[in-house]
Amino acid sequence: MQDESARRVISVIVVNEASVLSRITDLFSGRGYNITSLTVAPIPDSRYSRLTIVTSGSIRVIEQITKQLHKLIPVLKVYEHADLVEKEMALMKFPISENITDIATLCAAYNGKIVNVGDNVFIAMVADEPKRVENLLKIISKYNPKEIVRSGAVALER
Amino acid sequence: MQISGAQMVIEALIAEGVDTVFGYPGGAIMNVYDEIYKQNSFHHILTRHEQAAVHAAEGYSKASGKVGVALITSGPGFTNAVTGLADAYMDSIPLVVISGQVPMSLIGTDAFQEIDAVGISRSCTKHNYLVTDASDLPRILKEAFYIAASGRPGPVHVDIPKDVTAQIAEFDYSIELNLETYKPHVKGNPRQIKKAMEAIAKAKRPIFYLGGGIVNSNAAYEVRDLVHATGIPAVETFMARGVLSHDDDLLISMLGMHGSYAANMAMSETDLVIGLGARFDDRVTGKLSEFAKNAGVIHVDIDPASISKLVKADFPIVGDVKNVVKEMLESVSLINPTKYEAWRETIRNFEELHPLTYHEDSDRLKPQWVIQRVGELLGDGANISTDVGQHQMWTAQFYPFTRPRQWISSGGLGTMGFGFPAAMGVKVASPDKISINFTGDGSILMNCQELMTAVEKKIPVINIILNNNYLGMVRQWQTLFYNKRHSQTDLSVQPDFVKLAEAFGGIGYRVHTKEEFDAALRDAVEKNIVTFIEVIVERLENVMPMVPAGGSLFNMMLLEKKEKK
Repeated sequence: MQDESARRVISVIVVNEASVLSRITDLFSGRGYNITSLTVAPIPDSRYSRLTIVTSGSIRVIEQITKQLHKLIPVLKVYEHADLVEKEMALMKFPISENITDIATLCAAYNGKIVNVGDNVFIAMVADEPKRVENLLKIISKYNPKEIVRSGAVALER
Repeated sequence: MQISGAQMVIEALIAEGVDTVFGYPGGAIMNVYDEIYKQNSFHHILTRHEQAAVHAAEGYSKASGKVGVALITSGPGFTNAVTGLADAYMDSIPLVVISGQVPMSLIGTDAFQEIDAVGISRSCTKHNYLVTDASDLPRILKEAFYIAASGRPGPVHVDIPKDVTAQIAEFDYSIELNLETYKPHVKGNPRQIKKAMEAIAKAKRPIFYLGGGIVNSNAAYEVRDLVHATGIPAVETFMARGVLSHDDDLLISMLGMHGSYAANMAMSETDLVIGLGARFDDRVTGKLSEFAKNAGVIHVDIDPASISKLVKADFPIVGDVKNVVKEMLESVSLINPTKYEAWRETIRNFEELHPLTYHEDSDRLKPQWVIQRVGELLGDGANISTDVGQHQMWTAQFYPFTRPRQWISSGGLGTMGFGFPAAMGVKVASPDKISINFTGDGSILMNCQELMTAVEKKIPVINIILNNNYLGMVRQWQTLFYNKRHSQTDLSVQPDFVKLAEAFGGIGYRVHTKEEFDAALRDAVEKNIVTFIEVIVERLENVMPMVPAGGSLFNMMLLEKKEKK
């Protein structure tokens, strides 16, 4: 079923306190749910943090995940996003010998640029929808990136 | 007032109205034990193992309806208690378990008796805390008791480093709790309740599916009213035994893996399941796709995550079952109780076809007889705990339960060793009733050290050991599904249970006949000391009927029929 592996984005608002992240990740591992990516950062001027979790599963599984997350005492809200703006960042490190102009042009098409140049390597960044970032990373592979790091998705409901 | 963290623990327990604490001291919790020494407000019962302390607190809680409290030390003290926490978590038993921890300065250094206790208890508690400052203690303890008892109840673990118990800070227990992120939903949605009642009125073959949540919410008598007013037959889960009285005409029996034929057939033929505080556990449903296949489902539960987890609910109602049932009773006139006579007749036929029974066809006593006999002799006068295995299922099947909180057993986790310490907690909570623990020759050895506690504290639990020299339930599965390869289940080598009880200062009996059993039970009740009554029972008796794991409820293995002599 196509439904089974559907990608979902869930935002969780939690009290920013010790071990709250383990409560969330323990729940996923303990109940056999997947985490594709997870980002977490404090919400400005509040005692809460926001997690964005990319996961996959059927509607039924996602409903269970949402309910189980809600059951955790420090969880304030859980949203399963339908209509959202979603962004992810990636950093890429290249040997200085690679074509920096090509790479800069490509990155620019994905809201990115060259962010650091050293003696032997330079670093580029992009920030775009996760699918587009994925696409870029495929293309960029022919420039022999030495390292790539992805941030995981963050999302906001429209 | 300015007091130490250890004194705060005592003051909080007093403020919560705790009268009994079960526990075991050790290095990291010594400051608290020093304060226990100085106080007279509550009893402390020293068990002989931390696991038993938590099970005793569970038994106490299940019998009384109050929050059970256990106190343990760090490291091995805590890890020993984990089984109890997990047991309470699975069966939704409200507990507050307080453990000592190594001092803050040593946390993370692999100190003596250090273990990441909150890391371990996270997945088997409703919530847990590591207290890092004594000024947080009043709030944390107050939250712990509130969280344990409210919503879907469960165990809460509070881990307190030794230096925090020594730290002086302000104690004010009158603080208002401000749990912005925890607001259990206790009142059912009135529109959903109305819709559910209309669905019941339309149904031709509805059935009440009663679960342990009814006991937790103290709703058994409201549920009895609802069942009687509607005339709709009811099945009970293992956890719900005693919600209806055993002699209630509308009670079919227990359903599930070892439920009665009639209960399972009724569940298979119903057109509307009215689930009250039950969670559609795999031992109840059998093969999910075949479970109540043609039925609509009303599901009342305080835990939204229980609803539509396994069986999709057509009428989900989140709320405390007591509130919801009360509201259902207000519109009960919608339902015509005479309408279900044909349905009740169908169920009576199922009951006659394959009644829940056993054959007395061996020289040795049948375990089922022992349980029935205790029911005849003690009935309502006893609270019944069990360990885990065949004896547990037979007790659920054959004991004549008359009231909620009479039945105390480890359902979800299935913890061997639960029964004896739990029965001690039950006796402490309910001293006017006889406290029976039905157990097996396997289970009893898993907490038999509690003989010492029971002797010392004069807790006269009667342990009835149904001895078949087997780990009977596993043996039964090996017989049925592993071609009789009885791997590691033959317990022919055993202690002398009579001497074992006597060695601790209790009383032991070994009985082979009905007469001997009656005499031993009478004597045990009279002597009012902890006892082991070892009953030599038929070795190869199976628990029947049985739905094999993963099978459908209507496909049961049944007791072989025998010609009546």
